[in-house]
Amino acid sequence: MSGEFIAFFILSLFTIGGAVFMISFTRVVHMVVSLAFTFLSIAGLYVLLEAEFVAVTQVIVYAGAVAIMMLFGIMLTPHREQEEDAGRAQKVVAFIAVAAFFLIAFFIIQGTTWDPSVHHFTEDNTTMIGKTIFTQYVIPFELVSVLLLVALVGAIILAKREENDSE
Amino acid sequence: MSEALSQVPLTSYLLVGLILFSVGLYGALTKRNAVIVLLSIELMLNAVNINLVAFAKHGLYPGITGQIFSLFTITIAAAEVAVGVAILMALYRNRGTVQVDKMDLMKR
Repeated sequence: MSGEFIAFFILSLFTIGGAVFMISFTRVVHMVVSLAFTFLSIAGLYVLLEAEFVAVTQVIVYAGAVAIMMLFGIMLTPHREQEEDAGRAQKVVAFIAVAAFFLIAFFIIQGTTWDPSVHHFTEDNTTMIGKTIFTQYVIPFELVSVLLLVALVGAIILAKREENDSE
Repeated sequence: MSEALSQVPLTSYLLVGLILFSVGLYGALTKRNAVIVLLSIELMLNAVNINLVAFAKHGLYPGITGQIFSLFTITIAAAEVAVGVAILMALYRNRGTVQVDKMDLMKR
């Protein structure tokens, strides 16, 4: 039992536990906090996979920005003390559909023979990512920056109160 | 030599991603509060990211590309959350609710 196995076990337990608690909690703020916990654990999984830069980005963007954004969204819209779910029939149908999907994907994953070799990155992770993004993936990088700008402007325009609002 | 060491196999990471995706899908299908539905979609995107990063290390053609694609996914997801919350604000101002089963204007 190596340390990597123990770390993976604990981190994946926290990840799945946070997600399941998110589903089962009834208060919306508790849901967001438990999901932030899941996001942090996923960052730990990235560290195990030698993706340190992605892990730090995950902590900053998801556990920081997205969680706070969701808290804003909850605080600015009405929410009940106890959030009720969909009806019983809809829940049962959704559960059956998700369980079917899970079983199919599970048996596909188990039935495939994966290449057992493991790639170890020799160079510094951030250096590699920087070199590849600014040589091989320059155009997607620029497109993503344009998309962020469009999303910024669009979000402001959507959330802005209209001038001729009657009330 | 280092490959002979006991490693967490690729299957374990894929299963964690699969469970996260299933939980997120169930939440997106059953929750009524639109903010929580957005959160569940974020969970599904995270499951995809785990798969990408896992294949970047354990896949048939390993390389840094998987991590770069997960960075792009994270960016798109952040933009999606911003626009989604803004749409919810506009919807709340116009309809007075954020419950997804009350958003049936185009169904009637």
